[in-house]
Amino acid sequence: MLDDFFARALLGGIGVALLAGPLGCFVVWRRMAYLGDSLAHGALLGVALGLVLGIDLTIGIVASSVALVAMLLLLQRQRRLAGDTLLVILAHGALSLGLVAVSFVEGQRLDLMAYLFGDILAVGRADLIWIYAGGVVILSAIAYLWRPLLALTVHEELARAEGARVTLVSIAFMLLIALTVALAMKIVGILLIASLLIIPAAAARRLARTPEQMAVLASIAGVLAVVGGLYGSLEWDTPSGPSIVVAALAVFLLGLAAGAGRQLIPGRHRPIGG
Amino acid sequence: MPGMRDPLKAPPGAPHGAPRGSLVSVADLGVRRAGHSILSGVSLDISGNEIVSLIGPNGAGKTTLIRAILGLIPHQEGSIVTAPNLVIGYMPQQFTIDPVLPLTVRRFLRMAANAGRAEIVAALGEVGVPQLAEAQVQTLSGGEFQRLLLARALLRNPDLLVLDEPAQQVDFQGQIDMFELIEGLRRTRGCGVLVVSHDLHMVMRATDRVLCLNGHICCSGAPEAVSAHPEYVALFGPRAAESVALYHHHHRHAHDLAGEILPLQGAPPEPPRGD
Repeated sequence: MLDDFFARALLGGIGVALLAGPLGCFVVWRRMAYLGDSLAHGALLGVALGLVLGIDLTIGIVASSVALVAMLLLLQRQRRLAGDTLLVILAHGALSLGLVAVSFVEGQRLDLMAYLFGDILAVGRADLIWIYAGGVVILSAIAYLWRPLLALTVHEELARAEGARVTLVSIAFMLLIALTVALAMKIVGILLIASLLIIPAAAARRLARTPEQMAVLASIAGVLAVVGGLYGSLEWDTPSGPSIVVAALAVFLLGLAAGAGRQLIPGRHRPIGG
Repeated sequence: MPGMRDPLKAPPGAPHGAPRGSLVSVADLGVRRAGHSILSGVSLDISGNEIVSLIGPNGAGKTTLIRAILGLIPHQEGSIVTAPNLVIGYMPQQFTIDPVLPLTVRRFLRMAANAGRAEIVAALGEVGVPQLAEAQVQTLSGGEFQRLLLARALLRNPDLLVLDEPAQQVDFQGQIDMFELIEGLRRTRGCGVLVVSHDLHMVMRATDRVLCLNGHICCSGAPEAVSAHPEYVALFGPRAAESVALYHHHHRHAHDLAGEILPLQGAPPEPPRGD
């Protein structure tokens, strides 16, 4: 089955979607959508790094993402420039550096479009190993960090007063996002990674009553988007990455409608302000 | 890091320990930030079964003092000594939880402690909102949310409750209810309470000891004594002093755990009537 490119694409996409669910929820809850986007942009520098040094591209992407997070944390210590300003400087700086560096690589071996928009149909066995091994590591880490991460999302000072190691947990979370971006790049590409993190989480919001429910529903929404998008792209011969995002958009609209439908049913929900 | 403590645990190798009977002992505390002195020479002791109120104008350093006691910020001078294995239940100032996070009251309370269903219902009952367990936190009224924060602090079985503006954005009756609740908790649980408040009426109504803070401690003592103090009158104006008299009768005595009436230490024999 793994000999079939389509099966590999499905497996890879589903793996990334499962991963993106819970992480995307935290990105949405903590209003860090820009971070995912910036890390994705910066990942192109990692691609260039990998090509120039002749190492595995995923390792290059992970290295550049971790470096980007470290730079961001360092720069955040000065208080003259706000976080979003720093993110644009770092992300676009890294993206441009990557594009410039790639132009030096002999023979232009690089299919730039594949990195910008993903090339899920070219997912190989090595990619699947990366996605599933990395995915297990990332999901285990998120499960381990879940409680303090949730506590500091609700109220940082209260979490700190109750003993959570807020700084450490925040840094760990940023690194996990960096890893996820590195793994997701092949599936939807640099420009669309943030959507894979955010749209399924947003779709799950109105159907969930607890954070855990939302995380699971976000994973399911992501899987639906990947499966729907891939079959759509096969059926109508459309680019796979954007097709997945379009499918995610459809799932989001369905989630909105389902949530609205649920609210019309009178029941246990207390009215707002009641 | 010097001056930082894990607020959950006793300070590592606390040299002397807090004085006997005292939960927290602050001596000559000084906190500076960016070269500015926020607190200086602040000393206070909090014992079990005692309600200490912290009042003062905006920018007086009330929240800074609380955060220093909780170990959230470092201090540059003086010492903060806590009783061994002291557990603090902290109730921050009212905040809002972003509606993008689905969160039931029960799930919110489980963050504080690995509490089971029965414990959570009991804690909610203790603060008077047992029916809210399944509600989404964003649908609560201001008063309900304050009670929820108090329940979260209680679930940790604290020796000391630290409450930052517990009756903020609550109507007048709600404020009375909240302070009566706090007084009741002190009686039933015997814990110490350190409460920051803006509302002088409420503070004077349900407090054993008042500390008036403005960078330093201006005056402290029983409510009636503080309200007559010239520095208090200078800070809050003569009207504030008058309003206290309305409630003086609440402070002629205290109750012990069995409900027996005890004379209140340091209370003046007959506070002046507002006539």
